[in-house]
Amino acid sequence: MRSSSRSWSCSSLNDPGEARDPHALNAAMPQLDVSTYLPQLFWLAVTFFALYLLMKFVALPQVGAAIAARRGRIEEDLAAAASLKSEAQTALAAYEKSLAAARSEAQALIREGAERLAAEAAERHRELAQRLAEEAAAGEREIAAAKERALAEIGSLAPDLARTVVEKLTGSLLSAPGAAAE
Amino acid sequence: MSASPLAQFLITRLIPLHIGRYDISFTNASLLMTIIVALITLLLVATTRRAALVPGRLQSVAELSYEFVAGMVRDTIGSEGEQYFPLVFSIFMFVLFANLLGLVPYSYTVTSQVVVTFALAIFVVGLATLVGLLRHRFHFFSFFFPPGAPILLAPILIPVEIISYLSRPVSLSLRLFANMMAGHTMMAVFAGFVVALGFFGFLPIVANAAMYALELVIAVLQAYVFAILTCLYLYDAIHLH
Repeated sequence: MRSSSRSWSCSSLNDPGEARDPHALNAAMPQLDVSTYLPQLFWLAVTFFALYLLMKFVALPQVGAAIAARRGRIEEDLAAAASLKSEAQTALAAYEKSLAAARSEAQALIREGAERLAAEAAERHRELAQRLAEEAAAGEREIAAAKERALAEIGSLAPDLARTVVEKLTGSLLSAPGAAAE
Repeated sequence: MSASPLAQFLITRLIPLHIGRYDISFTNASLLMTIIVALITLLLVATTRRAALVPGRLQSVAELSYEFVAGMVRDTIGSEGEQYFPLVFSIFMFVLFANLLGLVPYSYTVTSQVVVTFALAIFVVGLATLVGLLRHRFHFFSFFFPPGAPILLAPILIPVEIISYLSRPVSLSLRLFANMMAGHTMMAVFAGFVVALGFFGFLPIVANAAMYALELVIAVLQAYVFAILTCLYLYDAIHLH
């Protein structure tokens, strides 16, 4: 605030020792000490330009690459996961298909077996019934023959039986009907 | 330490340097600026040199700051803003680190100097104006007359628009400078009360602790405001309204 016309090259501040010593006005508000403007602006320009170059050509590409690498990796992983999922779904579908095929095959086998068994059982049942019917018929024939035989035998047995009955009732021996008639 | 709360803003020449009769001494502000650049570069480069797939804390900070500014540039300027991303990023990080490092005790706040903030603001607005002129040639000056406004209002509107455009660097620089200076001065004033109040000296300490938290928020917020206004000015230059 000492000299306004030649502020940035203020001659009084060429001596650093004097500058370090705060003057009354400078101490009141150091921001208004024009003699400090040039060194501040110079170093601001130098450091900011350096920062800009460092950011543009070194730091930001590197950070951007790190972020892009992660993003790429995540997308890759997601794609891999999606393909694995679709593979798993394909495998599941194939499994379910083969399971259904096996189930229907098994049912066909069961049905076939049951039909075969039923047919066999029916056949056996029929055979058995036929044989039983034959045996029953044979039996009936035998019975009929025996009956006839028995009836025929009864005719010859009747006189003997009658005599025996009379003897038992009368207590005397009857002569034979031929003898009695004599 | 000087008793004056403004003594913290003093520029001290650490290494006196001159080119001819021009004073370019390496001062405490220069030291802080160098530290700022070194810290930002270290944070970004060292943490991502061997970038881990799952980032650690510092790598997260580096990547978050990158994506934060990238998102800000993309949302504010649009796809044309990509070429300005390194610049906006540099401005944001520089102001942010200047504000935050200023809060370290016994350090120095680069952005509490109005000449620094004004230089940054002039640079930003000048660059935006240059971009606008190069993109739109003379059509750029239609920026000072909003489309659709009645022509009769031109004598009023055009000076108003020009004044508001010219006040951009002023408001941009004063906002940052005043925030930084006010906060730091207030903390120094409160700190000065500690001894004076004797037993009740703990009250300004408590107040300062609270203020320090507030200053941290302001440090980040002002860096954000500075960066987003830079984006807005560039947007205006590219799109003209």
